[in-house]
Amino acid sequence: MSDATQNIEGVLAEFKSPSDLYHAAEKVRDAGYKNFDCHSPFPIHGMDGAMGLKRSPLGWIVGLAALVGTSSALGLQWWASTIEYPIIISGKPFFSFQAYLPITFALGVLLSAFAALIGMLVLNGLPRFFHPVFYSDMFAKVTDDGFFVSVEAADPKFDSNQTRAFLESIGGTNVEVLQKS
Amino acid sequence: MSSTAQDVSGLPDSEKPLLTGNQTFASITATISGIVERKTPPIWYLALGAALSLLMVLFGSIGWLVYEGTGIWGLNNPVGWGWAIINFVWWVGIGHAGTLISAILFLLRQRWRTSINRFAEAMTLFAVSCALIFPAIHVGRVWVVYWTFPVPNQMGMWPNFRSPLLWDVFAVSTYFTASLLFWYTGLIPDLATFRDRAKTKIKKFVFGILSVGWRGGNRQWKHYELAYLILAGISTPLVLSVHSVVSTDFAVSILPGWHTTIFPPYFVAGAIFSGFAMVVTLTIIARKIFGLENMITVNHLEKMNKIILLTGSMVGYAYGMEFFIAWYSGNIYEQFTFINRAFGQYGWAYWIMVSYNVLVPQLFWFKKLRTSVPVMFVASLFINVGMWFERFVIVVSSLAQDFLPANWDYYSPTIWDVATFVGSFGLFFTLFLLFIRFLPMISMAEVKTVLPEADPHYVAPGTKGGHHE
Repeated sequence: MSDATQNIEGVLAEFKSPSDLYHAAEKVRDAGYKNFDCHSPFPIHGMDGAMGLKRSPLGWIVGLAALVGTSSALGLQWWASTIEYPIIISGKPFFSFQAYLPITFALGVLLSAFAALIGMLVLNGLPRFFHPVFYSDMFAKVTDDGFFVSVEAADPKFDSNQTRAFLESIGGTNVEVLQKS
Repeated sequence: MSSTAQDVSGLPDSEKPLLTGNQTFASITATISGIVERKTPPIWYLALGAALSLLMVLFGSIGWLVYEGTGIWGLNNPVGWGWAIINFVWWVGIGHAGTLISAILFLLRQRWRTSINRFAEAMTLFAVSCALIFPAIHVGRVWVVYWTFPVPNQMGMWPNFRSPLLWDVFAVSTYFTASLLFWYTGLIPDLATFRDRAKTKIKKFVFGILSVGWRGGNRQWKHYELAYLILAGISTPLVLSVHSVVSTDFAVSILPGWHTTIFPPYFVAGAIFSGFAMVVTLTIIARKIFGLENMITVNHLEKMNKIILLTGSMVGYAYGMEFFIAWYSGNIYEQFTFINRAFGQYGWAYWIMVSYNVLVPQLFWFKKLRTSVPVMFVASLFINVGMWFERFVIVVSSLAQDFLPANWDYYSPTIWDVATFVGSFGLFFTLFLLFIRFLPMISMAEVKTVLPEADPHYVAPGTKGGHHE
C-alpha cells in the first residue's frame, strides 16, 4: 500500500544530544532530503549550515517596515505642521525637521518591532496549531530535552520504510511513523 | 558534567560555569516549570493581597484626582511639576535595566544574561506601565489625554511635534510596545514547554494558543533567532533614546539646573543604574523564595553589581560636572541654582542623593562586599531611594527658586501625592506576582544554551574526541 492511502504524514526519529542531531542533520541533508526539520529545545549553533538552509529573509521585511515607519512619521509631521495646522512656535520654521527626528525614529522602531515578530511568525507559518509531528507522544520532549529529526511525506525522496531505515542507520532511536490513528 | 567540573574555586571568573549544581537540560526545565506547577504557596496569596490593597490605593487616588483635579496635589506656583513627573522618570528609568539586559548584553554576547533577562524584561514592562500612569493623569483632564496623539478631531487641532513632551508620548509608548513584543518573542519557546507539560485542559488550551504551535524545528529557529537579533538591535538605540527624550523634557527648557547638554547621557546612565538596583532587589528576593540559587548565582549578582558601580560612578561624575559647568559658564543664575541645590532649602535631599547614589556603590569596589547578598540587597534599596531623590532634586529644587526671589516657594507633597506613588507599587507588584505565578520567570530555552553540552561540537569528558567531516 502506498503511504498516502495509509495516511502517513512523515517519520520522526529521536537523537541523544545537540551534537548527534547536528551530525544527523548533515547526513539527512547529504542523502538529498528537502522536507525535513531538526527539532530542539533551543537553537543549535551552526544548524542552518548542517541542514543546508539559506539565511532568513526577515531582515529585508523589517528594513522595509522601518522605512515605512520613518517616512510616514516624517510625512505626518510635515503635513500636520505645514499644511493642515501651520502654527508659528518659537519662531521656528514650519518644517523644522530636527525637532521631528525623535518621533520619526520612534515610529520606525515601532513598525520594525511589529514587523520582526509578525514577519517571524508568517515566515514560520505560525500560528499553526496542528502539525503531523504532534501525532507523536514522545514529541512533547522537544521543549524539554528531546532532539528530533522529522521527514515529511511531502518530500520527493520520502518512503516510510526506507526513510525509517535510513534514520535508524544514522543513529536515530524511537523512530516513529507519523500517522493519523 | 562530571563532579570534578564543579570544583571551580580556582578558575578565573570568565571560565566558571554560569549555572551551578550539575544542571542538565531536563533539570532546568523541571526547576523553572516547577515554580509555576507546584501548589500556590500561601505567602503568594498574602503578597498578592497586599499588592492588590496598594493597587486599590492607586485607583482611589486616581479617582479622587479625576473628580477634584490636580489641586489635591502639593503643586504650587512656581512648582508646577511635582511627584507625578518625579515618579514617571523614576519608573521609566527602572525599566531601562531590563532592556539593557535583554538587548545590549545580548548584542555583546554576555551569556550570563540568560538567567535574568526574562525577569528583568518583565520588570521593564511593569515599571513602564507604572510610569505611563503619571503623565496620563498629571494632565488633570484625563479624558482628553488623547489630544497628545495625532488623531484627526473636530477642533481641527494637531499636536505640536516640536515639543519634547510630545516626543515623550511617542518614545515611551513605543518603548512599552517594543519591549512587550520582544518579551513575547522570547516567551514563545517557553510557552511551548508549558503547553507540552500542561496537565489540565484549560492550561493546554491557553498555553497552546499562546505558544502559536511552536515546534522547535530549526526552520523555525532560523527565523526566530534573526527576529530576536533584530529586536535586540532596534531596542538598543531605543532604550538609549527613551531616557534621552525624557531628559529633553527638562533640557529644552531655559530653567537653570535643567538647561544643560549633559542631561541625555546623564539620564541614561542614571536609568540603567537605578534599574539594575531594582533588578538586584527583586532577584535576591525571588531566588531566595523559589530556591533558584543554582540558576541565578552569586556570580550573576556580582556582574550586576559591577554595572551598578560603573553607572553609579558615571552618575557621580555627572553630579560633579554639573557643578563645574555652572561655575565655568559664568552665568549667575546657573551658579546660584547649584549652590542652592546643595546648601539651600532642599540641601537635605541633595545630600541623600549624593550619598546614596555615589558613595553607596563605591562599596562594590571590594569583592567581599559585592559578592555578599545582604550587603548588595541593602545597597540596592539605598540606590532605589537615592535615584528617586535625584529626580526630586532636579525637578523641585530648580523650580522652587527660579529667576525672581518674589516667586520662590517651598514645595511639599500632600497625602495624595504619597498615596499615588505608593499605590503605583501596588500595580507593579500585582503584575509581578501574577507573572512569577503563571509564566516562566527564567528563560528556559536560553538558559539551556549556556550548558556546555548545548554546543554541537561538545565532547563529553572522558570520551574520545568527536569526528568532524
